[in-house]
Amino acid sequence: MLNNITFGQYFPGNSFLHRLDPRTKIVGTLLFISSIFLAEKVTAYVVILVFTLLAIAVSRIPPRFVFRSFRPLWIILVFTLGIHMFSTPGLVLYAWGPLTLTQEGLRQGILMSARLLFLIIMSSLLTFTTSPIVLTDGIERLLSPFRKIGFPAHELAMMMTIALRFIPTLLEETDRIMKAQMARGADFSSGTIVRRAQNMIPLLIPLFISAFRRADELATAMEARCYRGGENRTRMKELALSWLDGIAACVFSLLLFLLAYLRWWH
Amino acid sequence: MSHHIIEIKDIEYMYPDKTKALDGLSLRILHGEAVAIVGANGAGKSTLLSHLIGVLIPSSGTVRIGDYPLNKETLTHIRRSVGMVFQNSDDQLFMPTVFDDVAFGPLNMGLPPEEATQRALDALKTVDAVHLKDRPPYKLSGGQKRSVAIASVLSMLPDILVMDEPSAGLDPYCRRQLITLLQSFKHTKIIATHDLDLVIDLCERTVVLSNGKIIADGPTLQIFNDDVLLQKGRLEKPLRMQGCPICKPAIR
Repeated sequence: MLNNITFGQYFPGNSFLHRLDPRTKIVGTLLFISSIFLAEKVTAYVVILVFTLLAIAVSRIPPRFVFRSFRPLWIILVFTLGIHMFSTPGLVLYAWGPLTLTQEGLRQGILMSARLLFLIIMSSLLTFTTSPIVLTDGIERLLSPFRKIGFPAHELAMMMTIALRFIPTLLEETDRIMKAQMARGADFSSGTIVRRAQNMIPLLIPLFISAFRRADELATAMEARCYRGGENRTRMKELALSWLDGIAACVFSLLLFLLAYLRWWH
Repeated sequence: MSHHIIEIKDIEYMYPDKTKALDGLSLRILHGEAVAIVGANGAGKSTLLSHLIGVLIPSSGTVRIGDYPLNKETLTHIRRSVGMVFQNSDDQLFMPTVFDDVAFGPLNMGLPPEEATQRALDALKTVDAVHLKDRPPYKLSGGQKRSVAIASVLSMLPDILVMDEPSAGLDPYCRRQLITLLQSFKHTKIIATHDLDLVIDLCERTVVLSNGKIIADGPTLQIFNDDVLLQKGRLEKPLRMQGCPICKPAIR
C-alpha cells in the first residue's frame, strides 16, 4: 500500500538544463518563483507560460512526466481555485445558498492556481534534471559562505542525502511492521479518528526503534570507512560554472526584469 | 610483514548497562591468516569485532593493529588498514547509487577524484558488480547488496578484512560465490559467523568464544572434531562432518 510512492524523480539526460550547474538551477528557480509573484496582468502570465513551455522543451523531459508530477497536488490546486472563487467580493455571477461566485473571484482563482501550477512545474523541472546528489552538492556550495559563522553546510547536505536514501527503506519497514501487526489482529483502517491514531502507536514504536538502530549502525559503518565530516574529504565532481550558466543567469534575470517592468512601469 | 599483526591483550569490555561482553580476552592474529570467530549468540563476537575498528575502546587491556595501538589518535590509520563488512548491508549502504557508495571511503581518505573512481571501479570489478554501478543500493537483491558492501570496503584497500556474519541471508548459490570470492583474497580475514561449514572452507584457524572468554583457539578441523568443546560453546558439528542420513542414519 505504500509502494506507489516514488521518490527522487531524476530523469537522466544531457540537455541544456541537465548540463547547468546545480547552483545556477537553484538560484534560477528562486528567481522564477519571485517572477511568478510579480505577475498580475494577463500579459505577464502569458510571458511566464511561454517561458515554462520553453523550459520544458529545452529540458527534453517528456511532457507526460512533467504533468504526472503535479497529479498528487491537484487537490491543492482545486482547493485554491475554490477558495478564491467563492470568497472574493465583487460582481456576483452566480449565487448558490451562502456561496457566491464573483467575477473577480473567478479571475483571482484561476490566476492563483496558474501561479501554483507554474511553481510546481519549474521546481519539478529542477528535480527532473538534477540528480539528488548533485542537488545536495549545489545546496552545500550555496550555503558554504555561511560556514564562517558556524553553519554546518557539509553536514546538512550529507543529512539530506541520507534522508532521501532512507525514505524508501523506512516505508518498506513501515509496511513490514504494519503487516506484522495486522497478522496479530491490529486494525489500521477502521474506527474513529481518535481510535485510528491510537492504533498507530504499535506501529510507531517499533518504527522509531528500528530507525534509531539503523541510524546508529549507519554512523558506525560510516566512521569505519574513515568519515570525519567535511574536512579533508575530496569530492567526485568539483562544481564549475561555464558559459552555459552565464546564459541561463541572463535568461532568468531578463525574465525577472521583464515581469518587474510589466508590473510597475508598463 | 610484521606490520599487519593484530595483537589483543587482556581486553575487557563492559556495556553501559553493566553486562560484561568481553572478559580478559587475548588473541594474536598474524598477517594473511584467516580466522573464524564462533560462539553462541551473546558470546561477544560482535563486541570483539567492534574493537578491531575502534568503534568500541576496551575498558582495560590493549589492542594493537600493526604498528598502531588502538586509541583516539590512531583511529584513522586503523580504519584505513581494517575494513569491516557489517552484518546488515541495508544499514551500511546509503549513497544514492552503488558507485557513489563504493567511492565514499576513498573520498573520505582525501584521494583525488580520478583515483577514487579507479579504486571504486576496481573494487566493483573484483566482486563482479560493475554492471550495478548506477543502481540505487536499496533496490538490489540480498546477494548483490552483500557484494556491493564488500566492494565498498575493498575500495579502501584494507590489509585486514573483518566480517560479521557474511553468509547470513544468502541463498546457496550466492553463499558459494561469496566463499569463492573470499578464498581469492590475500587479506588477513577475521570472520564472525554461525555458518560453520563456511568456516571449513575459509578459515584454517578457529577461535571459540563463550561468555566473553576464549574457550578454544586452534586448527579448525581439530576444534570441530571435539564434541565436548562444541557442546560447551553451544555449537553443533558442521553438517558436512555429520553422518549421511541415508547411508548412516544418526544414532541419537
